[in-house]
Amino acid sequence: MITTSNLTEERIKQYLGDGKRFDGRKLDEFRELTIETGISKKAEGSARVRLGKTEVIVGIKMDVGAPYPDSKDKGNLMVTAEFLPLSSPRIEPGPPSFDSIELARVIDRGIRESKFIELGKLCIKEGEKVWTIFVDIYTINDDGNLLDAAGIGAVAALKSAKIPEYDEEVGRTKFGEWTDKHVPLSKEVPISLTVHKIGNSLIVDPTREEEDISETRVTIASSDGTIYSMQKGNSKELSAEEFHKVLDMIEKSEREIIKKIEKSLK
Amino acid sequence: MTKDFKRPDGRKINELRKITAKVGVVPNADGSAMFAFGDTVAIAAVYGPKKMHPQHSQNPERGTLRCSYNMLSFSVTERIRPGPSRRSTEISKITEWALQPVVMIDDFPAQVVDVHINILQANASTRCAGINAAAMALAHAGIPMKSLVTSVSIGKLDKQLVTDLIKEEEDWEEGEGPTDIPITLTGDGKISHIQLDGKIGRKQLEEAIELAKEAGKQIHEAQEKALKAVGEKQ
Repeated sequence: MITTSNLTEERIKQYLGDGKRFDGRKLDEFRELTIETGISKKAEGSARVRLGKTEVIVGIKMDVGAPYPDSKDKGNLMVTAEFLPLSSPRIEPGPPSFDSIELARVIDRGIRESKFIELGKLCIKEGEKVWTIFVDIYTINDDGNLLDAAGIGAVAALKSAKIPEYDEEVGRTKFGEWTDKHVPLSKEVPISLTVHKIGNSLIVDPTREEEDISETRVTIASSDGTIYSMQKGNSKELSAEEFHKVLDMIEKSEREIIKKIEKSLK
Repeated sequence: MTKDFKRPDGRKINELRKITAKVGVVPNADGSAMFAFGDTVAIAAVYGPKKMHPQHSQNPERGTLRCSYNMLSFSVTERIRPGPSRRSTEISKITEWALQPVVMIDDFPAQVVDVHINILQANASTRCAGINAAAMALAHAGIPMKSLVTSVSIGKLDKQLVTDLIKEEEDWEEGEGPTDIPITLTGDGKISHIQLDGKIGRKQLEEAIELAKEAGKQIHEAQEKALKAVGEKQ
């Protein structure tokens, strides 16, 4: 497997210890973020997110189907992620990797738990017909922090999505024809962000080489200080004080990223 | 609020369900254990350290901890399809991460320690019961460890924090609804695993960790007692 060399690892840790990073960023500084929406003519909504050299695209598709038995009057949400072999020499074709499964599930939970999509408004006929929203995430270039890029992409793509026409009589979605209705979304926008621990330093938005040597990470989806979902990944433990610092960093980054998203979407 | 709060099964807000812990439930295994929070029953079996196969999965520098989490099809009301799912894949990995900080297998290069967790019966908190059972099974197998780990789900029902959620509480419908926070702590009180689903502010989240520490003491006691019981027999 291709991975960051021990020598580079030592040097990265040494730099972080001095509060520095290879690309000149501060430990709590994100790379340049750009968001484009409407990048696909076929999708109901779509977005391309770039965080430095990392790039993901997210597409929204919708279709009418049966609801789940435990939510008969609510639409369905399905999040999937595919790590494309084209996006990195280290990604190989084959069944979904653990990383792609976890990424999809973490993004899913942030959107679901914050009730960002008003699924109750996506019911056509209770117990029979509801809209399913598919959020499909693809990696285009992996230079670290796919998680945060994907989360931002999912939100941006959902914001841009329009509901397709639905033929009540035939009972079929008219693909390629759209109503002027947006997907019903709440004002609470869940931003899913990750803090990594390398050595004794906490950082945000790692590059690939930084992420390779990350010892632990915490991803939190929050909006305005309220936390909706969290996932700690990787194998090192965190003390209560470190956890406290993680929460501080997430709070600060959330404010920053929200501004960047608003600016980008204008 | 705290005093008036009624849990569906009548427990106090920081009261765990009855813990059952037993070591040596799978004779074939190098170590095994059962851990139950009330009706949630998990068993874990450890095989290894043994040579890692396939060879390309071997780590020449240190040993590998490999966990698998599986629910029996009839462990829940509505049958689940047997075999791996996205959920079980994630929980398997989460379990590995929860245990890695305490498991000392650096000195077993190219070898693997397999931990197989099965949920026999589920009434919420299955991953926590599984992790608790796994920690005991690893100790039973004689794998060097810094400490055991203790895992518990702290919940927030509407605005009230409670310890050790049951299914009925996981589906809480009143007020702000349910928040589920499974937390695993090492012997020195560090967080080796935390997840969260729901809605919570920062202050309460930090309180939740304190509740997990408190519950951890009782879980640890039960684990240790079961391990000692089997030690005396041998």
